[in-house]
Amino acid sequence: MRNFEFHRPQSVADAVTLLKGNDAAKLLAGGQSLLPILKLDLAQPSDLVSLAKIPGLKEIRSEGGDRGDLVIGALVTHDEVASSPEVRQRIPGLAALAGGIGDAQIRNRGTIGGSLAHADPAADYPAAVLALGATIVTDRRSIAADDYFTGLFQTALGADEIITAVRFPVPERSAYAKFPHPASKYAVVGVMVAKTAGGVRVAVTGAGSKVFRLTALEQALTENFAWRAASAVEVPPGDLRTGGESSPEYLAHLVQVMAKRAIQACQ
Amino acid sequence: MSDQGLGASVARKEDRRFLLGKGRYTDDVTLPNQSYAVFVRSPHANAAIRSIDARQALAAPGVLAVLTGEDAAADDLGGIPCGWTITSKDGSKMVAPPHPALVKGKARHTGDPVAMVIAETRAQAKDAAQLVEVDYDPQPAVAHLNAAVANGAPQVWDEAPGNVCFDWHLGDAAATDAEFAKAERVVAIDLTNNRVAPNAIEPRAANGYYDDVEDRYTLYTTSQNPHLTRLLLAAYTLKVPEQKLRVVAPDVGGGFGSKIFHYAEELLVLWASKKVGHPVKWTSDRSEAFLSDAHGRDHVTHAELALTADGKFRALSVRTLANMGAYLSTFAPAIPTYLHATLLSGPYVIPAIYAEVKAIFTHTVPVDAVRGAGRPEATYLLERLVDKAARELGIDRVEIRRKNLIQPDQFPYQTPVALQYDVGDYPATLDMALQAIDYGKFAERKAESEQRGKLRGFGISTYIEACGIAPSALVGALGAGAGLYEAATVRVHPTGSVTVFTGSHSHGQGHETTFAQLVNERLGIPIENIEIVHGDTDRIPFGMGTYGSRSAAVGGSAIYKAVDKIVDKGKKIAAHLLEANVADVEFEDGKYRVAGTDREKTFGEVAFTAYVPHNYPIDTVEPGLEDSAFYDPKNFTFPGGCHLVEVEVDPETGVVEVVDVAIADDVGVIINPMIVDGQAHGGLAHGIGQALLEECVYDTEGQLLSGSFMSYTMPRAADLPSFKVGNHVTACTHNPTGIKGVGEVGAIGVPPAVINAVLDALAPLGVTHLDMPATPEKVWRAIQAAQGGAA
Repeated sequence: MRNFEFHRPQSVADAVTLLKGNDAAKLLAGGQSLLPILKLDLAQPSDLVSLAKIPGLKEIRSEGGDRGDLVIGALVTHDEVASSPEVRQRIPGLAALAGGIGDAQIRNRGTIGGSLAHADPAADYPAAVLALGATIVTDRRSIAADDYFTGLFQTALGADEIITAVRFPVPERSAYAKFPHPASKYAVVGVMVAKTAGGVRVAVTGAGSKVFRLTALEQALTENFAWRAASAVEVPPGDLRTGGESSPEYLAHLVQVMAKRAIQACQ
Repeated sequence: MSDQGLGASVARKEDRRFLLGKGRYTDDVTLPNQSYAVFVRSPHANAAIRSIDARQALAAPGVLAVLTGEDAAADDLGGIPCGWTITSKDGSKMVAPPHPALVKGKARHTGDPVAMVIAETRAQAKDAAQLVEVDYDPQPAVAHLNAAVANGAPQVWDEAPGNVCFDWHLGDAAATDAEFAKAERVVAIDLTNNRVAPNAIEPRAANGYYDDVEDRYTLYTTSQNPHLTRLLLAAYTLKVPEQKLRVVAPDVGGGFGSKIFHYAEELLVLWASKKVGHPVKWTSDRSEAFLSDAHGRDHVTHAELALTADGKFRALSVRTLANMGAYLSTFAPAIPTYLHATLLSGPYVIPAIYAEVKAIFTHTVPVDAVRGAGRPEATYLLERLVDKAARELGIDRVEIRRKNLIQPDQFPYQTPVALQYDVGDYPATLDMALQAIDYGKFAERKAESEQRGKLRGFGISTYIEACGIAPSALVGALGAGAGLYEAATVRVHPTGSVTVFTGSHSHGQGHETTFAQLVNERLGIPIENIEIVHGDTDRIPFGMGTYGSRSAAVGGSAIYKAVDKIVDKGKKIAAHLLEANVADVEFEDGKYRVAGTDREKTFGEVAFTAYVPHNYPIDTVEPGLEDSAFYDPKNFTFPGGCHLVEVEVDPETGVVEVVDVAIADDVGVIINPMIVDGQAHGGLAHGIGQALLEECVYDTEGQLLSGSFMSYTMPRAADLPSFKVGNHVTACTHNPTGIKGVGEVGAIGVPPAVINAVLDALAPLGVTHLDMPATPEKVWRAIQAAQGGAA
């Protein structure tokens, strides 16, 4: 780890100011991905801008009554999402997903905003955000999940843009099924299925260079929400990772199995 | 006689400091004016080094020196020696290439040390290491056994054509051929034994200090055998006489074999300390450990078993390729030969055995002993082969073993592969384990699993191992460069408390407790008053260290022998005090008593008298009460037993879950049942890890792909069920304690039981073979292939 300047701004605006024009600055939320990267000297930021002192980023709230969105602040930890009565009651699939991220230490420190900004292709939250049709709220705009993930560790965020919250529409049902890597506990394949009044959305993490949707399965499930549909899923080979520990064939198979299990868990 | 003696599960004395985080490990030792070393390691598996430019690094803040292979050669630093020489079939000695501490001109595996950067802080050394410019010329490399023996393979050493280090054999080829020629059935198997990394929780570290006033070197190091390290430093590498060298191995956080060996870094910190005038400390990080700790296993084997039609074993033939890596680590050549082929009879009567072992160089980290060391490889191939034979002959897997086990009345049993087993009761451990797992109800459990969509399998392994390596004269004749005895000094203090100086080294085994229990058993002194000192060549007369499950059997026997001398001397003193003949004095329950009377003196009174000899047989007995013993074992010890495993396989994903493990071991006389259970648990976790999770994966270029805990999967508590551990004791017949050894039984016995269980679960789907580790994708592919699928 190299030396860096450490900042603890009191507001989002101050944080943005610290980032502006400084490509070598990095935001620090829970640090569960960033700190290992620094320790291994894989990144050498000149400045770390901690979000810890900024008020208002740690709330979980429902907006607009019973049918309104669930809004989770960017600094809410995985454990807080997993154990929140509100999340558990309104989107239990999301609470369960958060409860299966990494290990207890990671869940106690890691945050939803940090995970989404990092956009690890094997992280769990991207599957939830995409399947639930969530909106990423930043200091300056709202970004639909469909527009947010742009590539391997790549997002639509500007260089000095800061996630402040994530807005989740509440589905009728949702569930996440994950095949964790035995060592890292990252998703080899994770499939999130969400059934809403407007149809079904299915998102896959782990298997590709970024999280992606299974639109054919979504259509089939929108017509008939039955787990058997999953066995017909054809994952486009171009969406799958190559050169990793798992072969594309196995990944494609796991997508089917995890999709089936997620659908079953919804029922 | 005592609630702290043999058989008492007393709490471990050393745990207080460990649980409070107050263990003192090598990295905790920071000396005045400490400096820090970081190594520049080759990123290539095979590369010529055209030049090294250290100018920028030398100019970096805090840098004291940048040392290279040229500097080491200029100072006549010795290469790292191999401590065991194997003689090939044709009578030639193995190829033992040079193993420079810092490479010169050529790197031969990723991680090979190219330069050593020393700075005032570790961070400065790390930063400066990145500034050392090495001009590499990468060349084709070879990492895998079958590729290394192929025609046209890249050559690791010019002096080892075909990458062959040695081509060795054991057993009677003609007798084996004759049995195969007339065999009613022959069963063959091809398998690999996966390469594993040792992964002790404490990474290796070394802190070297040259004192120019005393002209003396001190090395703190993570070692399982500091005296051996001192011997090799003195005789081969640093070339400084032993009285000028002190090697201290303080608390050590696990070894699993990997800390037996003398490593380059130990030599280099001592050498560098003299050059820079500061103590020099190096501490490995985990990524570096994967590239610099000796790995284990890595065999490819073809084996055949000749049987009668009704399943009696007649002969075994084994051909093994063993990966040595790029250099020969300290005991590497002994592992696939004398610790592997000699175990191929297992617990069975096999009239003829012939084994051929070719050791092969590759552009990989050296391979040496890891927990079990050769014996897991032997057990794995034999138990896989026996299971396959049972299936092919249509004989129950338990029955084929029962039919071929050496019976209790056949001991001592001479195998066709050199060893003579002294004692055991293999049918007893088999029955004990079967009962513990409730084998009779397996079919019910299988049906219940099936209802949940899981395939349940039952796996068995009846195994033998050889511990307490072994008479020095024998190992010398077989090529060892060292004796394999153990030493102990027992010092009785005037008030009757005791300090024991042992040449064994505890790095998790609990010697501070168990050795004290041994002394308590003999002298009746509370273990709180018995201090066990280990790990410091200045304090302990000599020692061979701890590996191969030898400490209790060999080190414990040395302590027993020293205690015998103490007891005998005490008798002479007591006889004088009691005005009796020495022959009439008995020692029991911590008291010297004139036989048949109530006249007695406590051990404490005798000890006090020895140091305050006012009323004393001074003409015939010296004052003081201290003695030493060296114990050289007459034979190996032979723990054995039966390991049973039940697994559930998820046929959709290929995930294997170990749902039950029941083992029955015979580890000889038990000192502390709690510690013995703990050793069994640790070994089982290790063995299950190898069977299902762990593997050092090299690509064809010699890059280690599994170089961190993000990809190399260590077993965790959640991966393991509660273990059912039983013991059936037959006492070792040739040592004074009756102890055999327990540290490796789990890692040896359980891997084949796991794979046999997985294959049993998958048998209905037509799967007949899997190699370790049985990862989900591998299992899924085997299912797909058996079902004619695309995989």
